Amino acid sequence: MHLHALTIHELHKLLIRKEVSVTDVVSAFLTRIEKFDRKLNCYLTPLADAALDQAGQFDQGAGDIHRSPLAGIPLAIKDVLCMQGVRTTCASRILENFVPPYDGTVVANLKKAGAIFLGKTNMDEFAMGSSTENSAYKPTRNPWDLNRVPGGSSGGSAAAVAADLCAGSLGSDTGGSIRQPASFCGVVGLKPTYGRVSRYGLVAFASSLDQIGPITKDVEDAALLLQVIAGHDPKDSTSVDQPVPDYRAGLNESIKGLRLGIPKEYFIEGMHPEVASIVRKAVQTCQELGAEILEVSLPHTEYGVAAYYIIAPAEASSNLARYDGVKYGYRVANARELMTMYRQSRSQGFGSEVKRRIMLGTYVLSAGYYDAYYRKASQVRTLIRGDFLKAFAQCDALLAPVAPIPAFNIGEKTDDPLQMYLSDVFTLPASLAGIPGISVPCGFSSDKLPIGLQILGPHFREDLILRIAYQFEQATPHLRSTPELT
Amino acid sequence: METKISKEEVRHVATLARLELTEPEELRMTEQMNSILSYMDKLNELNTSDVPATTHAIQLENVSRQDRISCSLDRRQALDNAPQSDGVNFIVPKVI
Repeated sequence: MHLHALTIHELHKLLIRKEVSVTDVVSAFLTRIEKFDRKLNCYLTPLADAALDQAGQFDQGAGDIHRSPLAGIPLAIKDVLCMQGVRTTCASRILENFVPPYDGTVVANLKKAGAIFLGKTNMDEFAMGSSTENSAYKPTRNPWDLNRVPGGSSGGSAAAVAADLCAGSLGSDTGGSIRQPASFCGVVGLKPTYGRVSRYGLVAFASSLDQIGPITKDVEDAALLLQVIAGHDPKDSTSVDQPVPDYRAGLNESIKGLRLGIPKEYFIEGMHPEVASIVRKAVQTCQELGAEILEVSLPHTEYGVAAYYIIAPAEASSNLARYDGVKYGYRVANARELMTMYRQSRSQGFGSEVKRRIMLGTYVLSAGYYDAYYRKASQVRTLIRGDFLKAFAQCDALLAPVAPIPAFNIGEKTDDPLQMYLSDVFTLPASLAGIPGISVPCGFSSDKLPIGLQILGPHFREDLILRIAYQFEQATPHLRSTPELT
Repeated sequence: METKISKEEVRHVATLARLELTEPEELRMTEQMNSILSYMDKLNELNTSDVPATTHAIQLENVSRQDRISCSLDRRQALDNAPQSDGVNFIVPKVI
């Protein structure tokens, strides 16, 4: 038995029966990281010593392994989340030496639950990107094909789960950054409803869109992790004060009689034919499980990319104004006056995609252009949100592809930012609408690249999409497979 | 392709954004922003004159709290990440 191949809930069973020690579990993952991360580049800051210390303390009886299903479980955390005393870079040069003096709420919750952190994972700089190629440090590779991207921006977190370099991880999703890398790497990724999880301690990209969520080996693990991170937090005034249901309790319930909508705008010309056929096959599986399938329309889908790439950069340009070389972050040496110091520090500290988005955002918010771009995009956002609300009046949840293509080659889209943006076409609308979505593996292309099924639900119905994903996963055990690494 | 933004405008926006672009960066940025902004024209296919704007996807209300002192960072912690400080203040280049 390979401990690194087990899910969180499987490891938890072994730990509480004392069949393995926490040190055994942590060591298994550290060995694996040692062996493979040089090729994969999942981690930016490994925390091997701290993880072993913590494991030792557990084994000496200092931590209660019964405390929670995450006690003694080794996790990886996207480097966009603040962890006290641990370098948090956002994969940017501008935060190369930033050591947060506090824990983000999700990190604090995981600590309380007894989770152990193996390290901080690679990402697109400030979570801006769909391939993890925008990391200022190194590109993460897809464990299924080392020449391909793992998706992004949570590429390090997704690849680490797929390659068994952690038991589970946290990512963040602003326009698809959990769901798309989960799909590309063949793992489960859940973006919760906006407001379900506190963003306190999440380095801000686009504040009206950002959400933190789990990336895991199976659906049950996603439910377990969500359980620990969900809930109201007085430190984030946009987190919603609504009761958190028991996400694991409903997983076993059948999906018989559920009405599942297939948005016709999510099967378009130009998408990879195998993605369409594999997702359609997954739809058929849900039908065989007793769900009623109906076609629905989300007529404004095709405007999602344009609206998102106005709104998100606008918010980013404002959020990233804080990196001025004064209170933290990179400062250029020897600048004699303040304005030069600001401009040079920012120009040297930010990578080209971040600069591009700051420029776009500044432009669309500038005098004379605000109405034509930002206001217009915010109105279109209302229409996109309305599409989903209308669809959910007809059906319980939606089934769709996550991305129009499987993982693409490293370097394939880096020269053309617009082409990269267009690859987010199926994940952006749910982000704009604030609804929850999950990616669950549903098959492989003929060149053995994973393809995900996206399940979208109404606001705060994570329980429902988890249940559909779980029932689908249980009905398709033959789709579970792990990449072979040598 | 229609010119949406000129090189001079790109330079002006860079000033607003507190960025400094090199000449080749300016050229590339102008080209890319033109391509992206032309794509955004797609939104004009939609008549939105009667559509309210959405700034948040869920209903949010202002949250207020008691004006009571609670724990916060001490001075040392707050200054720890500063590129330059004298232990009491953040130090920046001369402003005036």
